[in-house]
Amino acid sequence: MEIFEIVTYFVLLALLSTAIRVVTTSNVIHAAISLVFTLALTAILFLMLSTEFVALVLVLVYIGAVIVLFLFGIMITRAPLGKNAELDNDKNKKLGAAIAGSIFLLFSYILINGFDGDVTITSGASTELLGEILLSRFVFPFELVSFVLLAALIGGITLARKDEALIDEDQI
Amino acid sequence: MIVQPVLVVAAALFSLGIYGILVRRNAVMVLLSIELILNSVNINFIMFDTMLADTMMQGQIFTIFIITIAAAEVGIGLAIVLMLFRNRQTANINEFDLMKW
Amino acid sequence: MVKTNINLFAEGEVVYTDGGVLAEFAWVLVVLPFIAALIITFVGKSLPLKGAEIALGTIGIIFIYSLALMYIHVTEGVANEFFINVGNIGQFDIEFGWVVDGLSIMMYFVVGLVALLVFIYATNYMEGEIRYTFFFTSLTLFAGSMLVLVSSPTLIQILIGWELVGVCSYLLIGHYWEVKDNSSAAMKAFITNKIADVGLMIGIIILALNTGTMRISEILYQATHDYPAIKNVAFVAGVLLFIGAMGKSAQFPLHVWLPDAMAGPTPVSALMHAATMVTAGVYLLARMFPFYQGIANEALDIVMLFGVITLLTAGLIAIVQDDLKKVLAYSTVSQLGYMVAAIGSGAYTAALFHLWTHAFFKALLFLGAGSVIHAVHSNSMLEMGGLRKVMPKTFSTFIIGTVALAGLPPFAGFFSKDEILASFNHEGETTFFFIAVLGAFITAFYMTRAVCLTFLGEYRGHGHPHESDSMMTTPLVVLAVFAAASGWVNIPGVYTGFTKWVTTRKNPIVEYHPESFDLFALGLGLTAGLLGIGLGYYLYQLQGSAETGDDKIKIEPIWKVLENKYYIDDFYFKFIIDPIKLNMAKAVDAFNTNVIDRFVNGFGQLASFMGAIVYNNIDQNGIDKVLNMSSTGTDSFGGKIKLLQTGRTQQYLMLFLGGVVTISLLILFII
Repeated sequence: MEIFEIVTYFVLLALLSTAIRVVTTSNVIHAAISLVFTLALTAILFLMLSTEFVALVLVLVYIGAVIVLFLFGIMITRAPLGKNAELDNDKNKKLGAAIAGSIFLLFSYILINGFDGDVTITSGASTELLGEILLSRFVFPFELVSFVLLAALIGGITLARKDEALIDEDQI
Repeated sequence: MIVQPVLVVAAALFSLGIYGILVRRNAVMVLLSIELILNSVNINFIMFDTMLADTMMQGQIFTIFIITIAAAEVGIGLAIVLMLFRNRQTANINEFDLMKW
Repeated sequence: MVKTNINLFAEGEVVYTDGGVLAEFAWVLVVLPFIAALIITFVGKSLPLKGAEIALGTIGIIFIYSLALMYIHVTEGVANEFFINVGNIGQFDIEFGWVVDGLSIMMYFVVGLVALLVFIYATNYMEGEIRYTFFFTSLTLFAGSMLVLVSSPTLIQILIGWELVGVCSYLLIGHYWEVKDNSSAAMKAFITNKIADVGLMIGIIILALNTGTMRISEILYQATHDYPAIKNVAFVAGVLLFIGAMGKSAQFPLHVWLPDAMAGPTPVSALMHAATMVTAGVYLLARMFPFYQGIANEALDIVMLFGVITLLTAGLIAIVQDDLKKVLAYSTVSQLGYMVAAIGSGAYTAALFHLWTHAFFKALLFLGAGSVIHAVHSNSMLEMGGLRKVMPKTFSTFIIGTVALAGLPPFAGFFSKDEILASFNHEGETTFFFIAVLGAFITAFYMTRAVCLTFLGEYRGHGHPHESDSMMTTPLVVLAVFAAASGWVNIPGVYTGFTKWVTTRKNPIVEYHPESFDLFALGLGLTAGLLGIGLGYYLYQLQGSAETGDDKIKIEPIWKVLENKYYIDDFYFKFIIDPIKLNMAKAVDAFNTNVIDRFVNGFGQLASFMGAIVYNNIDQNGIDKVLNMSSTGTDSFGGKIKLLQTGRTQQYLMLFLGGVVTISLLILFII
């Protein structure tokens, strides 16, 4: 075993544990912070796989914006904070666990049967290449995704705005 | 670079995310679990990209798109949760059962 | 024209023709009255004479036809019979038809004449009475039935005619059925006849089975030609047939219905119970005479015995009667006894001759009595008297009838009764001969008593009697002529046309015919008659009143027995009718209610019980439950399924993911 492998195993283990903590903790803030750690570990994994750009995008966008958004959402919806807050639907736990477990087994079965062996990592200046491909070959989805972002922006604002009339009636 | 453990862990993350959706009571927590799922899919994509050594780097491109869409979706989702909270003063999704028989 | 010197009897061949067209169409005689009865039923009420004109017309046609038949019979002699086959039972052919021979033609004439006169009489007598039209319907039906009887060539048709006249008798006797006694009398007549009919039916069956045919002429042929089968049963069949005749012709002891039948209107009594219906028994014996004379000879002894008993006992009862019609009724019974006794002694012609004359003078007497009763409005002789002054025509014709009945020359009864007495004498039946002479004495006596009480002396009643209408007295006059003259057709030694007429048949008659008057019989009979009249006149007229006359001869115990009709009616009631009516009928009724009805009701209860079972178990619990279950089942199932729709997204997701997992597993590992 190379050190690389050991580190990989370690990262995976940490990933699992944080992910478990996300779905099982009863503290809402802890769940959000655990997700931060999961995402960070994922970024490390990506770095190890020599895909720096994606890792950095992950950190910037996901952890930087999305999680912050989550924390805002938690605070605005006055989710019960603190450790003793009941956060799980107790009725659904068993069935949920069963379904989740069966999905996991199914996927792992498929994946293990489908893929095997080792891969070698080709390191290189992948970011430059990525940028080129993104704006040449995948420019169409790129633009579409920016439209989606625009729509999400507008939609979010419209949805979350307070219910006030845009124009007062007596100004018509 | 090992392959199967990574994929398995990604599958585990996926199922954990499913578990979280099914079990969590707070709407925001459900959204959090959805993020988990999307993250696991990202891992898978990057792994396949590395395995295939794709010259087009489609895996990474796709991952970028997923991240972008995830961000947009979280924004909208939270806006909806906000609106629900404004109407019902609660984020407990058990309360939102108007489609009940 | 009149052949008297042909030796037709026994040893020689009887000469006759087939009657030609008149005989061929003689069925009109039988069928016409039924059609007429039908017409009267439907249109009678709306006619001016209320249906009587149709009846009169019909009987007039019948009379004229019978006159025509009589004419060709007297001139040529007719003996023919016609058959119509209507089917068969086993080996027996059911045949109806009509006979045209001496016996039948004589009966047609008697029925036609007496019926015509009675119908004319009844048109006036029954005027204003209730059910006038139905009365004439019944009378016409009766005429038809009697003709069916006397024209029948087969035993089965005789039986049909027999029963039909019984029914018509019932209808006519019970004409005033609102009075209970009248309907009881009608029923008594019917039932007594029915009891006798059992004998008739069994006799007919025995004869038919043993000869293989129902045709009378063939049975008589077999009887006279020594067929072995019929020889064995001859005596029994003869006695049984006579039992049937006993009922119709009112022989002792089945005579009890005839006096009670006087409850019917007087024209009915005149027609049926004097001239026609009661003679049906004598007719039957006469028709079957070759059978009786040949192989059933022993049966004739029984016939004669009963005839003699009848004539004596009935005559004795007639003495004590105070009801005029009852006197005549018992007189009829007595005279029928004479006829039956004559047949029993082998005197075919004598019996028929007496039937012939009796029809006329008895009908005359009855119609005269009717005229009297119509005037006095009472049947009882104790309320009559002195009517000769106010009802001369009735009186004179009644006297003629009485003298004819008593047997004085030159009236009809003299000749016929004398022939019967001569037959008894010839056969050597001394006892019966003297009884018959005694009977003649008694007959004359009670008839004189009746005449004295009714017409002579002073009027004892309360009304204002007057002579009857010409429509009533004319038939009396016509009948009086016949009562006087009808005896002159059979004077032994001078003119015996009647003998020739009635013996002209397909089956020849074997009997003795006197060449001249039997002076011994003649003398005794005449003396008896004169003595009877004399004693009657002395007791009832010269002594003053009815009661004094009665007192003179009244021997209390005998009088009481006679008044109670020898207690025969009481005997019948106590030993036959009451056990049946009270005990048997009650027993049968109890059996019916408790056993049969229970059995039948049991079926009904069983059915309803089964129905209840089916309803409760199968229908309610079974089928309805299944149906209800399907609906409630669907309802509860739906109720349970709807719980899936909780509105909670997580649960929907769980189902969805569960389905995904299952299907993917299926696809991966099974398919």
